Amino acid sequence: MVMTDTAQLVYQRPESLADVPTHYCPGCTHGVAHRLVAEVLDEMNLRERAIGVAPVGCSVFAYNYFDCDFVEAAHGRAPAMATGVKRVLPDRTVFTYQGDGDLAAIGMAEIVHAAGRGENITVIFINNAIFGMTGGQMAPTTLPGQTTTSSPLGRDVEQMGFPLRMCEILSTLDGTGYVVRRSLHDPKNIRMAKKAIRLAFETQARGLGFSMVELLSSCPTNWGLTPLDALRWIEEHMVPYYPLQDFKVNPEIAAARI
Amino acid sequence: MTRELWEGNQAMAEAAVRAGVEAYFGYPITPQTEVLEYMSRRLPELGRTFLQAESELAAINMVYGAACTGARVMSSSSSPGVSLMMEGLSYIAGTEVPVVLIDVVRGGPGLGNIAPSQGDYNQIVHGGGHGDYHPIVLAPSSVQEAVELVVLSFDLAEKYRCITIVLADGSIGQMMEPVEMPPMQSMRKEYPDWAVRGAIGRERRFLSSIYIDPNDEEVMNYRLMCQWQEIEANEVRYKTYQLEDAEYAVIGFGTAGRVALSAVRAARDEGIRVGLFRPVSLSPYPLAEIEALSRQVKGLLVVEMNAGQMLDDVLRAVKGRVPVEFYGRMGGVMPFPDEIQSEIHRLVDAPLEPNGDPRRSWLKRFAHVIDPDGTHN
Repeated sequence: MVMTDTAQLVYQRPESLADVPTHYCPGCTHGVAHRLVAEVLDEMNLRERAIGVAPVGCSVFAYNYFDCDFVEAAHGRAPAMATGVKRVLPDRTVFTYQGDGDLAAIGMAEIVHAAGRGENITVIFINNAIFGMTGGQMAPTTLPGQTTTSSPLGRDVEQMGFPLRMCEILSTLDGTGYVVRRSLHDPKNIRMAKKAIRLAFETQARGLGFSMVELLSSCPTNWGLTPLDALRWIEEHMVPYYPLQDFKVNPEIAAARI
Repeated sequence: MTRELWEGNQAMAEAAVRAGVEAYFGYPITPQTEVLEYMSRRLPELGRTFLQAESELAAINMVYGAACTGARVMSSSSSPGVSLMMEGLSYIAGTEVPVVLIDVVRGGPGLGNIAPSQGDYNQIVHGGGHGDYHPIVLAPSSVQEAVELVVLSFDLAEKYRCITIVLADGSIGQMMEPVEMPPMQSMRKEYPDWAVRGAIGRERRFLSSIYIDPNDEEVMNYRLMCQWQEIEANEVRYKTYQLEDAEYAVIGFGTAGRVALSAVRAARDEGIRVGLFRPVSLSPYPLAEIEALSRQVKGLLVVEMNAGQMLDDVLRAVKGRVPVEFYGRMGGVMPFPDEIQSEIHRLVDAPLEPNGDPRRSWLKRFAHVIDPDGTHN
């Protein structure tokens, strides 16, 4: 294609996103979430000052995809590791990127206490209601009745208990500055997710405490659905159980004009 | 330099402060809690980082994150807390970032008790976390030595980008002794070229313990092992006492070594030509030196505050050349010098065969200590 003088660039790879192919499955929303975070880092000119903390799970290789400094945590320990980084380098932007197995199962203590301390970090929480990397086992977020490889007859709440709603839990803690849930199932919701991610990083930039954006995400491979059906499944099954809401917004952020 | 009276735990904490520690993360557990308490006052007044974590698991992962920034960082704990840290220690080893840890060992297994013990020897020296890695382990036998080893451990951890653990015990942590504190070092201004501190004007960096291709992981393991050989060649440390003309030798580390020294001196007064070999670096272990000792003496006595965890390393060095005897107290009980002295008499009067089983024979004659009347048999 020949570019003319009148050509206008309307879409390009964010600088904060490395120019490499990802390992994510077709239709997985990790790529969308990565891009949104990278766009926000670009907009706020944070790339050089950002330090990411990758989790264990499908996004274990997140450090390959963001063009900023990264460390890789043990399973569930990203908030503790991020605490160590942030406490030593308080003027850097520190964020974790964690899935629901990582954050809501094995890492429950670390996320609750990071939030309780008001740790001035940003958490991007990917909730796809399943353990992705290990091949689709039940997660704390797996919906009642949902079939997984470790709940083959569907999650029986009598025996396996109920899903955990992390935003609702964490937003009760005084240390939190910004806790919201968004979804990545359609363009409108993706735009709202982007705005929330921006506000989460603004919360950190202003020193207003712990910030987290939960993103309802798809896992077509382990759900056994096509990418499009997986997006519909988020809307039809996950959104009713995990309402898309602002659970905690510091007044300064609520009043911010971004 | 003046000598001041310091409690062991506080002395180790102040030593770390003077060595330029930038951040401390920990969790209360007896008998090391005074390290945490001391740091909670001392570090903030110096503008440095102190944080009490929600668990030892979180503490070691905070240390991991802070270490990735190239800062001098540390934690301290005691046996059950250190068990919880093993996950993080393996990750730290796999990421090759320097970390200092103090383990003030208490009686175990399980919740055990809060009395001095050396039951963490295997957990610290031979294992703990998963995978092939070795921490440097240094064992003090006095508060003064603990102070010096804490300072040294930061230098060693950074020189080799590895974990250095000061393996103390409850008595070192709790007792007060005169100490000459080292001078206050100035804080670091420059950070190593691997440190993750934000990619300002440079290519991004990442620090990770994942090598998804086994061939890459093998290369990393090979690098760790080659580096460990270098550490083995350069960092063996030990102290000897009255070994020049010794016909018998006692081997003990830390507090057990210190108690054994009293017994050795008493035995010397009786005319027995016995000396003490006290390993200071438990990892790397002074194997060659103990091998040389086994060529000099007629018999060896290993004394520990555990069931003979270091004994196996001594046997590895001695290779059956001379009889080795063992005497241990377990579960938080400390030996008295006269107990060790009578074991020295035993060694001199009726040594076992070179290839006997020192742990089995010790357990047999130890039965009367546990059960003097034989009522439980």
